[in-house]
Amino acid sequence: MTGGIWGIGRRLAIAVMVSAILFPIYWVAVASFTPESQLFGQVDLVPTRLVFDHYRAVFSERALGTAVWNSLIVAGATTLLCVPIGALCAYALARLPFPGRTLVLTSVLAISMFPQISIVSPLYLLLRELRLIDTYAGLVLPYLTFAMPLTIWLLVGFFRQLPRELEEAALMDGASRLRTLWTIVLPLSWPGLTTTAILTFLYCWNEFLFALCFTLGPDRYTVPVAIALFRGQYQVPWGQILAGALVATLPVAMLVFLAQRRIVAGLTSGAVKG
Amino acid sequence: MMRDEKRLGWTMALPALSVIALIALGPILWAAWESLYLHDLRMPWLGRRFIGAQNYIEALSDPRFWGAIGHTLAFAAVSVSLELVLGLALAVAVDSMTRGRGLVRTAMLLPWAVPTVVVGLVWRFIFETPAGLMNAVLVGSGVMADPPIWFADPEAAWVPIILADVWKTTPFVALLLLAGLQNIERSLYEAAQIDGASVWRQFTAITLPLLKPALLVALVFRTVDAFRVFDVIYVMTGGGPGTATEPIAMYTFSALLENLRFGYGSALSVVIFVATFLLALIAIRLMGRRTLIEPAS
Repeated sequence: MTGGIWGIGRRLAIAVMVSAILFPIYWVAVASFTPESQLFGQVDLVPTRLVFDHYRAVFSERALGTAVWNSLIVAGATTLLCVPIGALCAYALARLPFPGRTLVLTSVLAISMFPQISIVSPLYLLLRELRLIDTYAGLVLPYLTFAMPLTIWLLVGFFRQLPRELEEAALMDGASRLRTLWTIVLPLSWPGLTTTAILTFLYCWNEFLFALCFTLGPDRYTVPVAIALFRGQYQVPWGQILAGALVATLPVAMLVFLAQRRIVAGLTSGAVKG
Repeated sequence: MMRDEKRLGWTMALPALSVIALIALGPILWAAWESLYLHDLRMPWLGRRFIGAQNYIEALSDPRFWGAIGHTLAFAAVSVSLELVLGLALAVAVDSMTRGRGLVRTAMLLPWAVPTVVVGLVWRFIFETPAGLMNAVLVGSGVMADPPIWFADPEAAWVPIILADVWKTTPFVALLLLAGLQNIERSLYEAAQIDGASVWRQFTAITLPLLKPALLVALVFRTVDAFRVFDVIYVMTGGGPGTATEPIAMYTFSALLENLRFGYGSALSVVIFVATFLLALIAIRLMGRRTLIEPAS
């Protein structure tokens, strides 16, 4: 496809779409530094003065710091649990003779597509029975339902892409499977493991429904629940909501900037590549 | 040796698989069991009485249930078609880029990574009445002299909801399709050019047919996903005005956590589960031959 009209049209289309993607984020960032009284008046496209009131308010009045801490603990714990356990399972599924492999993989994938709402009722009754409503464990356990299948699915993809020859050479030399896994496969797998950890963390950080159902108050709210439930006495506290939205987005945006290429590879390898 | 390896394989897989069985598969069965009971946590004195299919019959004769199903299907149909068409356009445009592709890809990944709750709030802010950005633009450019009160109008309320979903998901669909496009042999296009095929003809004769598998996968995945829509609507309209934008997941949520009707809510859960499970099976069949059954060699 050579230049001319197509080339210009294409560049224009990309420019339009990239601005459509970025503009709302920029607009919200600007608005979060604008005084409440001016939010629906004349918000300047390029702000002349940054006001930090909303950020001060969300951390002092709204206890957003607690929510950030809760989100970090829950997402971190789920990731730390899932990646090692999932990696063992994924390696077995990718490399060992495994009767029923297709069935297991199909089930794992099907479970990762479960609608979360369909297991809210039994999980709620279970957590209530175990006195885990409104606790960290009461969020980590439900999060495993989507995080564990996700890590297994992603890591099976990564392990399959590793060159087999190194492992086979080590096995030939008489090293055991587990030793080979530890000394040969693990050092090669860091990229796959970190990408999987990043994706799992992202999914947990963004999760809303379970956190809404299984927490009772600001002490255990995660960030999405906290900002979704910001309420004002007379009106919607937009400035604080937008500041909270930016705080919720910052960590994931940073992960995306750091690991863009790997995240895309991880996300598309399962779905498209044959 | 072979037998040891098999045993080792199962031992390694066991912890993860038992976690999945215990906390994902178990609860589904429990929900199916629970759905046969009258179990109302607000009225503990009623106990937990077996009532057979009564909860299902109640759901099927409840107009709010059918409304929620209708909203979910309509939302899925409109948002997924928009996302596929726009996503394909974006993917084709980015595929032919020579410079700056990394930057564009980062921009495309951003909406996918932003928490859905945040996306909903951002678009609600943009569509706020009377003085939100969208109204300012619509009135200022003369497109609409008198825009609707978006979130108070049963029909207009869908516009910001669908826009928010399209904004979040289209770039992701484009990334999936982009990966598919990059697997297409460049030489095919060169040959077509030599034969004098127009750009449009190249698109319909080469790109579309070869991209069909990726398009199908994106279609089914997105449909499954749209079927469980909750977060974005919860923060934008709360299902309102009235129940005009209430999807099935939110109806179930309200039966369970607002009315504490666990038997009835479980019946709704089972209905959602069966519907999505059928869709998921289709998805897996579509991917199956290419990724799942790939031999371990």
